[in-house]
Amino acid sequence: MSISVQNLSKRFGDFVALKNVNLEVPSDSLTALLGPSGSGKTTLLRIISGLESADEGSILFKDEDVTTRSARDREVGFVFQHYALFRHMTVFENVAFGMRVRNSPNNEVRERVNELLHLVRLEGLGQRYPSELSGGQRQRVALARALAVKPRMLLLDEPFGALDAKVRQELRTWLRKLHEEMHVTTVFVTHDQEEAFEMADQVVVMSQGHIEQTGTPQAVFDNPATSFVMDFLGNVNVFHGRVQSGRVQMGPFSLQYDEYQHEEPRDATAYVRPHELDIDRSPSQASLLGKIKQINPAGSVLKVRVAVEEFGVELNVDVTHYRAKQLELKLNDIVYVHPRSVRVFMPETDYVI
Amino acid sequence: MSAAKPSPGRSLGGTLRQLVSGKHRSPLPGFGPGLVVTISWLTVMLFVPLIALIAKSTSLTPAEFLAAAWSERARAAYTLTFGAAAIAAVVDVILGLLFAWVIVRYRFPGRQMLDAIVDLPFALPTAVAGLVYSSLYVKNGWFGQFLVPLGIEGAYSRFAIVLVLIFLGLPFVVRTVQPLLSSLEGDIEEAAASLGASRWQTFTRVILPSVMPALYTGFALAFARGLGEYGSIIFVSTNIPYKSEIAPMLIYDRLESYHYEEATAIAVVLLAGSITTLMFINWLEARNRRYAR
Repeated sequence: MSISVQNLSKRFGDFVALKNVNLEVPSDSLTALLGPSGSGKTTLLRIISGLESADEGSILFKDEDVTTRSARDREVGFVFQHYALFRHMTVFENVAFGMRVRNSPNNEVRERVNELLHLVRLEGLGQRYPSELSGGQRQRVALARALAVKPRMLLLDEPFGALDAKVRQELRTWLRKLHEEMHVTTVFVTHDQEEAFEMADQVVVMSQGHIEQTGTPQAVFDNPATSFVMDFLGNVNVFHGRVQSGRVQMGPFSLQYDEYQHEEPRDATAYVRPHELDIDRSPSQASLLGKIKQINPAGSVLKVRVAVEEFGVELNVDVTHYRAKQLELKLNDIVYVHPRSVRVFMPETDYVI
Repeated sequence: MSAAKPSPGRSLGGTLRQLVSGKHRSPLPGFGPGLVVTISWLTVMLFVPLIALIAKSTSLTPAEFLAAAWSERARAAYTLTFGAAAIAAVVDVILGLLFAWVIVRYRFPGRQMLDAIVDLPFALPTAVAGLVYSSLYVKNGWFGQFLVPLGIEGAYSRFAIVLVLIFLGLPFVVRTVQPLLSSLEGDIEEAAASLGASRWQTFTRVILPSVMPALYTGFALAFARGLGEYGSIIFVSTNIPYKSEIAPMLIYDRLESYHYEEATAIAVVLLAGSITTLMFINWLEARNRRYAR
């Protein structure tokens, strides 16, 4: 079921949690609300679920306006950050809760709960209490409980926030697969860009109560709409410079920049991702001379830190293991760094809603 | 004893020595001295007096014991004592849950004042409570002038005993339930709501079972308090044998007439009754708490 959020605003006292937010969540999609803490992502999720009410604006499920409906009547599955399991109930009864309060017949409850426990791979643990489970298992109980009442959509608040890295990784993959099997519209909140990009069909980047950008992970990553998105999506190298007459001047770099053709110079900021920088032994056009300060392996790449004295900055460069071997990179080597692509943002074009 | 066990450190004496001398360092300080003080204190203040009480009562023959401790008058006194304490504790559990709920969940002017006042029965001399209650509920008292014509005798009656015990036991329930209630994450109520539970279902199926262990503890404390109460009851009750005489009053009466052994016999029955009841409640609580391992 698709979700439509229209002109939504919410204040808590003087704090503006959401201002004039508009969002479309397509049916059966997996959408991530991504942003730093205080960006309003959890508030947005809670308003969609009905646990919180909006000051202004409306929420539509498909074509139906549910703005004034309580959480109880919205038929959404909500998974809480700290799971919120009923600790005095067994796993079985936790999952059965939604059906019990609807007075479903016993055999139906048993069948559905067993089916769900199988789905979340917790068969045989039905008689345990939540305190006897690991974090990842509790997370899956919370998920099964939310799914038991066949909700119209599934909303998850920082679903993997409290888990360790390995379990988190497993659950991500598993949840993505589950989503593909179940076809239920899912929205989850996260502050982890990696998590959002790995799982979601649609990423919604939020900051200070408004949406910065909405799009597929690829679109958001390749074409960040604002400097905030660029900055938030991971490690970037920042250069400050000026734009004038269709060119950007940043120290030794001079780049074509057709978006600004005026004579009058303006301040601009350029962003280069670590994997968009190349290291070489010999200079090329627009390269910077620097000294290698640190080399750390990080998964499939080496993270190399290069100090550029001329500019007074340190650059983060991602180098493939193959390339590093080819160049025989060592600490304190003098190398040339040059960018393959640069994104320029002018302050005036930022934060325009 | 260490001959059979090659490692003296593993013998009981060794272990105790280690614990007491603190050679086997635990990160928590003071276990050795703490244990010694606790056991000595319990011995001097609790076990010895109890043993003395039981020893004194054994100077009676079984027949005499039975005659003293299980007379018709004594049985009436036990029934009243245990009955009034139980009824008062049940009322306290209901009221106490409500009080704790209001204090924990709502923010209103005077909340902290209310929170502080709850403890008043702990501090007030119970005789004062007894006097105030009886003066309020007598025929021309503030409440009594309306209640007595309706047939509600709030002073000098069994009802009066229950009433004053409710007052004395209430803080025990409030103070045991309050911390558990405030530790309940608000999101379990939200979870219940999002799963389709009504407010009433949320209360009966989620909140109440979660605070049940604390309610058992509160009940046990209020009940125990009621069993031992004496000071206020002698003021609000008429203390008529077979009718409104509580067991502690009967003991006092026996002592006054120099029947010390009879007094101790009644005390032993009271003690046995209290211990049995408290153990039963503890068992209920433990059974209920098994999920919180």
